[in-house]
Amino acid sequence: MGGHLNFNHLLFLGHGALWTIGLSLIALGGGGLAGFVIALARVSPLKSVRLLSAVYVQLIQGTPLLVILFLGYFGLAAVGFQLSPLAAAGASLTLYVAAYLGEIWRGCIESVPKPQWEAAEGLALSRTQRMMKVILPQAIRIATPPTVGFMVQIIKNTSLASVVGFVELMRSGQIVNNSLFEPFAIYAIIAVVYFAMCYPISLYSQRLERRMGRGKFNLAPA
Amino acid sequence: MQQDTPATSIVSLRDVQKSFGSLKVLDGVSFAVERGEVLAIIGRSGSGKSTALRCIDRFERVDHGEIVVCGHRVDSPDVDLRALRQDVGIVFQSYNLFPHLTIEQNITLAPCSVKRMALSQAKELARKVLAQVGLEEKLHAYPEQLSGGQQQRAAIARSLAMQPKVMLFDEVTSALDPELTAEVQRVIERLAAEGMTMVMVTHEMGFAKSIADRIVFMHRGKVHETGPASILTSPTTPELAQFVGTGDLKS
Repeated sequence: MGGHLNFNHLLFLGHGALWTIGLSLIALGGGGLAGFVIALARVSPLKSVRLLSAVYVQLIQGTPLLVILFLGYFGLAAVGFQLSPLAAAGASLTLYVAAYLGEIWRGCIESVPKPQWEAAEGLALSRTQRMMKVILPQAIRIATPPTVGFMVQIIKNTSLASVVGFVELMRSGQIVNNSLFEPFAIYAIIAVVYFAMCYPISLYSQRLERRMGRGKFNLAPA
Repeated sequence: MQQDTPATSIVSLRDVQKSFGSLKVLDGVSFAVERGEVLAIIGRSGSGKSTALRCIDRFERVDHGEIVVCGHRVDSPDVDLRALRQDVGIVFQSYNLFPHLTIEQNITLAPCSVKRMALSQAKELARKVLAQVGLEEKLHAYPEQLSGGQQQRAAIARSLAMQPKVMLFDEVTSALDPELTAEVQRVIERLAAEGMTMVMVTHEMGFAKSIADRIVFMHRGKVHETGPASILTSPTTPELAQFVGTGDLKS
């Protein structure tokens, strides 16, 4: 036991970091798609659809991600659905991200001034056309900075997938530490790698926000 | 939904009532607009004139009464809204151009997606309606790059591109300074001269007097006085006399 941190350890950590990025992309892709549906459902003209999607959002937002992960991996296994760590982590993160992105995007859709809806309605556009051609293009502009900002949360939250045995950056750090017993050095490396992934995205999000302020067109009602 | 209406009435309201909560904004409003006619609705803020206009295009639902617009029973719950709005053009006080689209795209959007017009044909149409409002050179500009008056003229052009049978103007110059107001009014005057049927809510008494075939003066949710533009200079009710007395009648 013991020994020193060598190239193989770093390679192992690098591999874990790649899976952190992979899991983040899965969560963003799956959660983004599902979140888009949630956002549309939250502004649906049908009350039952609005209510159902609101219940979903509240349920997920009121549950720790760790609990969702446990349910997906250990809970489902106990009732006969054994998911792989990757599937359990991917599905849990997708459910989680969908609720938050859905809520962020609902806000963006609703922040497009109401007269824009009326103008589109006055031109005889159908509800779908109003949404796709008038409202969403404006909402997407508004949504970009907070969505990019939320990416940081996703990346950091993937570390929780380590508890179901999924070997991403955090879990690979734990494994390396189990053989070296140098927690300070190893977790410091882990922290630096997370920071290196998150900080550029934070910066980019801030830049997008600043650019929004002096965009080619602003969205304030005239 | 085509139904029987008097042969020439494009818009008719009969005993229309509408409340917002406990506030009765329209209390038995009736008027009709004939083909080619220009009707100006005037009155104090809160008299119900904008609400009456918005009821014509079904932006507000009425509680009671009958509204027929180009043969559509607007008060009926199963009116075909998209058919109604192809016949009715509406222009708002705040222009409401789509900021993410160029002026050309603003104009071609509805003809292309609602009437399934070919893009090349729609672009031709955009040129034509922009020429009508004197803005050909702004085809590829974004709304934000235009002055308020230009934006409002572009909004009028956007409405015209759908070739409506009647145009509604909801205080379209209220956000503009006098110079820009004049340029928008010239466009509306030209439309009137070309025979467009129009209903306008306006605070510009001079403009109403010069362009309207008929005036509807609304007061407390009712049509208080109606008649030719001359009622502005010789009102028969004290309320209208007081209202125009405070307005600016120089034209």
